[in-house]
Amino acid sequence: MSSDTTAAEEVKLNKRKKGMSQRVKNMISGYLFISPFYLLFIVFGLFPILFSFYLAFFQWDGLGDMTFVAFNNFSIIFNDPLFWKSIYNTIIIGLMGTAPQLVFGLLLAYALNSALLRFTNIFRVAIFLPYVTSIVAVAIVFSVIFSNQEGGLVNSFLGLFGVEPITWSRSEWGTKVAIATMIFWRWVGYNTIIYLAGMQAIPNDLYEAAKMDGATVGQQIRHITIPMLKPFIFFTVFTSTIGALQVFAEPQIFQGRGGRPEGISIVLYLYREAFVSNYFGTASAVALVLFFIIIILAVANLLIANRIGQSPRRGL
Amino acid sequence: MAAPVTEVGAKKFSGAKIFVYSMLILFSFASLFPFYWMFVMATNPNNVINETPPAFMPGTELVTNFQNVLNSIPFFQSLLNSFIVATSVTIGVLFLCSLAGFAFAKLDFPGRNILFIFILATMMVPPQLSLIPQYMIIAELGWLSTLPAVIVPGFMNAFGIFWMRQYISSAIPNELIEAARIDGCSNFRIYWNIVVPTILPAFATLGIIVYMTIWGDYLWPLVVLQDQSTHTVQVAIRGLMDDRVRDYGMILSGTFWSTLPLVVVFLLFNRLFIKSITDGAVKS
Repeated sequence: MSSDTTAAEEVKLNKRKKGMSQRVKNMISGYLFISPFYLLFIVFGLFPILFSFYLAFFQWDGLGDMTFVAFNNFSIIFNDPLFWKSIYNTIIIGLMGTAPQLVFGLLLAYALNSALLRFTNIFRVAIFLPYVTSIVAVAIVFSVIFSNQEGGLVNSFLGLFGVEPITWSRSEWGTKVAIATMIFWRWVGYNTIIYLAGMQAIPNDLYEAAKMDGATVGQQIRHITIPMLKPFIFFTVFTSTIGALQVFAEPQIFQGRGGRPEGISIVLYLYREAFVSNYFGTASAVALVLFFIIIILAVANLLIANRIGQSPRRGL
Repeated sequence: MAAPVTEVGAKKFSGAKIFVYSMLILFSFASLFPFYWMFVMATNPNNVINETPPAFMPGTELVTNFQNVLNSIPFFQSLLNSFIVATSVTIGVLFLCSLAGFAFAKLDFPGRNILFIFILATMMVPPQLSLIPQYMIIAELGWLSTLPAVIVPGFMNAFGIFWMRQYISSAIPNELIEAARIDGCSNFRIYWNIVVPTILPAFATLGIIVYMTIWGDYLWPLVVLQDQSTHTVQVAIRGLMDDRVRDYGMILSGTFWSTLPLVVVFLLFNRLFIKSITDGAVKS
């Protein structure tokens, strides 16, 4: 825009000198600069995805020949009660681990945002610290905290109230509580920080105006904070949903490498089929089912977000 | 970064104030306690750990427990492996993603939008879908139990490209690029001399996110790094849980020392960390 005639002439000269127009040069560098991703993606993304679809229809132990078995792999897993158990566990543990995060994340963010204390950053760091811990470390620590022994931390604590020691890693709900606690502990700070960022973006005038109109704190939260936070809430619900469906390390560490029925998750079931039993065909079938579950839930999430997000909230 | 919204009620009602404080203190305690507990366990002999009531004070077995860890797994080797993997992936991702992000943001070429949307679409595919064939490819390449097995696939980062494109689009004025072209800069020179120095904050953000993700990654390293000498630290400390009779002092010693480096780095740069994680989430 601002280039004067001499500059324009210079460009033309340059072009002639190099013998290639800027458009062609941009094209070449453009493709060149994005090519590493696409090359990697073809090898480690596209081909594996397509091959998973292919492999799901074959029987294969990883070494011998592949045998075409049509939909047999699917009927094998659909007839395996453990597969359904893994889906059930994943959903229950996901809900138990993530739903409370929404509530407590919002409460904590609200507290961090409203408190005028000097220690805000200390609280913020403390609450966020678990997120820096690796999932494996979290799973190990909580496996010890939820130890089956009488002297385990949770068992001793419950013992104070006269509760008999619980064999956490062998009981249906004990396992779920332990795993959900791991998920909650590691992620609640993350969600809090996201909500906090959302709350800090809400202009103060809105609250001022509401206060002038005599709105109570509860009304302010209901009519200003929550509506303004919608995109942030959707984001965390979306990531929590996807993340919960991919739970693996927690049950695999808490209950042993092959897992157990009380805690086995979809991904652990897949891992076990593939890398413990060497049933690569059925494992691929599981991968496809997981893929479709994730797609369905992701789309559902987006649709709900759009539906709710569109509702007018102009006149507070 | 004090919020301008100072009070939404906490000040006026002391009841609300007490509630806010007690909740923050309670959750901070719950957040920090497992770290303290880890340290307590890591310094106590196993027989104390199994006593009722459990030990709450640090013991004297710090060194012994850690020596047991060293006898059980190649701890320092695994820490080094994790460091090599996370550092290489981070450097590679920062370079490749900023280069591609620059192309998508500032260079015009046919199919640019479709290619970009395609990259976004790949983010929707769960990694578990490609797990088995990826494993086969790694085996075919002869990379099983070698670090490239976890490094090279890590370079493929769709989110990074997306993030860099957004950042570069807004951070670098087109006039600047035009001016550089008039001076005869090639596109790569523009990237290297103009784009890279301008987007250092984006490098910090993406770098922290990638480093943390790769450092904590578990499933993929578990599958492809079968030889103990190539284990990353996550796979290695998981191995501590395998003994029939568990030595909790040793297990938590290994966990504690493997967790410490990242926690220390986080505490030193906590503002940058938290800002990076929020930006990475919120601005997309």
